Amino acid sequence: MSKELIRLRDLCMAYDDELVLDHLNLYINDKEFLTLLGPSGCGKTTTLRIIGGFSTPASGDVLFDGVRINDVPPYRRQINTVFQKYALFPHLNVFENIAFGLRMQRTPDPKAPRRKVKLAETEIRERVMEMLEVISLKGFENRKPDALSGGQQQRVAIARALVNRPKVLLLDEPLGALDLKLRKDMQIELKRIQQQVGITFIYVTHDQEEALTMSDTIVVMDKGTIQQIGTPEDIYNEPKNAFVADFIGESNIIDGIMVRDKLVQMYGRQFPCLDGGFGENEPVDVVIRPEDIDIVPVEQGQLTGTVTGVTFKGMQYDIIVDFRGFKWLIQTTDHSPAGARIGIKIDPDGIHVMRKSQYSGMFGDYSSFSDAYDELDDAEAGEGEDET
Amino acid sequence: MKRGASVFNRAVMSLVFLFLYAPIFLLIIFSFNAGNSNMVWKGFSLQWYEQLFHNRLIMQSVYTTLLVSFLATLIATAAGTFAAIGFYAMRRRWRSPLMTVNNIPMMNADIVTGVSLCLLFVAFFGLWGNFAGWFNSLGLFQLPTRLSMGFGTMLIAHVTFNIPYVILSIGPKLRQMDKSLIDAAQDLGCTWMQAFWKVVLPEIKPGIISGALTAFTMSIDDFVISYFTAGSSASTLSVTIYGMTKRKVNPQINAVSTLLFVSVLLLLAAVNIREARQERLAAQRRQS
Repeated sequence: MSKELIRLRDLCMAYDDELVLDHLNLYINDKEFLTLLGPSGCGKTTTLRIIGGFSTPASGDVLFDGVRINDVPPYRRQINTVFQKYALFPHLNVFENIAFGLRMQRTPDPKAPRRKVKLAETEIRERVMEMLEVISLKGFENRKPDALSGGQQQRVAIARALVNRPKVLLLDEPLGALDLKLRKDMQIELKRIQQQVGITFIYVTHDQEEALTMSDTIVVMDKGTIQQIGTPEDIYNEPKNAFVADFIGESNIIDGIMVRDKLVQMYGRQFPCLDGGFGENEPVDVVIRPEDIDIVPVEQGQLTGTVTGVTFKGMQYDIIVDFRGFKWLIQTTDHSPAGARIGIKIDPDGIHVMRKSQYSGMFGDYSSFSDAYDELDDAEAGEGEDET
Repeated sequence: MKRGASVFNRAVMSLVFLFLYAPIFLLIIFSFNAGNSNMVWKGFSLQWYEQLFHNRLIMQSVYTTLLVSFLATLIATAAGTFAAIGFYAMRRRWRSPLMTVNNIPMMNADIVTGVSLCLLFVAFFGLWGNFAGWFNSLGLFQLPTRLSMGFGTMLIAHVTFNIPYVILSIGPKLRQMDKSLIDAAQDLGCTWMQAFWKVVLPEIKPGIISGALTAFTMSIDDFVISYFTAGSSASTLSVTIYGMTKRKVNPQINAVSTLLFVSVLLLLAAVNIREARQERLAAQRRQS
């Protein structure tokens, strides 16, 4: 499809003897919106800083358009960055902030090609104004950054990076400091800007919803290694292991045995499914998304359990059901009161089978599920208290 | 009851201010006295000021004071700025103990600083004498063998005690600065040095200016350290005034002290007005 622009080969990185990146390999295509997704400390920001040139990997190579750029300083890379807290220059107004990169540029003199000259003031003015148009902040050029709202500062930071016409834009959790409503608007805005300027965006976030909304490709990371690379649909529908299944969306993850192709056994009962290619009677992790479960009368159920908690979520109810000591989350539009015995039915395409991994048994049980849980909560709060 | 307490509070406060400022006001008033007494008012006159400006010794010391303060401020501000950036770039494990080392000279008694610098200079001159004697015996070119304390040693001493104040006023500005500003500048095409001039310096400028003003005030103000390091060839205003008090008390002292008081007062007012204006501007910007 499109051509490869950046390749990371066997990157390793350690801070104070702690391995942050563990033999990371990744390629990034031109004009792609790629998201590095993972909990804090997974190495996603380190990867971004290495691509930007702010950190040097302990070992491994960074290739840009086929050329090794490990030792190229940030100011000579065709890459610009939007920083987490914007990092706008407080002493400069909006215009000068956006013009900063252009004023640093030197181009060959048209009259004497060996001499380098500054960009013409008229060109700078033109390009800054054009950027202000893109971010819809015309008329704000004389404001100082601290006279702007968070969302406006965010857009100035994007303009300041894009005005240099980089080949790649790096974004380090740029929406983290905005409130929910603004964050949703900016997600759409960012995607629009990316399509308008037509360059590669590499986006770092811990917010799975952000990643699913904007990305062409999602790279799920944990403990300095890549867990899975794929399109948002792939990652959501076909998670490779319990970590990915748990990190993206809600998942019930149950111990199972793959009896044979297209037949998996849980709780001593056999369920038809669509997966295959496992060994006979191989132990596996089975993922069932909460929205793929139908509640039926007890006598028609493949499994029966007791409702232990119900939370009204507006569009649906979140129901916690106890199946022999293992609690599942079910999302349904039908109300079932706490204490009720219910049966459930799962269609074959609602079952996803994964090989056992180091993450088996760590995720997917909703015993500690509480009403307070909200996946859109701020990252720092959300990450620690995952439902293990 | 409450009213009684507040009257008492005011009385104590008035007494405190009286004790603090009465001597200074007395000094200022008698600097305009026509007679040469510090107790009997004989009418208004500017004669002591006039005499002051014709007093070569005092004028020379004013010049020395201003020159040493100005040079010491310049050197200490430059050195302190880079030292503060060095501290900022350090790991916390090293930074905290070194900051403590930086703060000790400010709390240290001036007399200890003065005497120890004096001893250091004397010891160095001794070693220098030996070295210069040996070097001159080589016959390449001649070095002076005898050095003595004077303007140079006093300048070094002033730079030494000023640097900690500069570091202390710049440090917080650096810590308030968003670390990624430097990354951002480099990202947009700056080398480290360009990032320093274009981004870091404007950010910490208020700290540098207030550090420089503090250093200048400290230098103008200093007596003890200058006294021990100036030797016999140079004399600051405060050292000269001290010398004058040893002989017959001359009302010129009142006049020169008044001028010193007023100039330090103006300097401090300038520092405070600057800070207040900056805070107001920042508040305004946040509102709009």
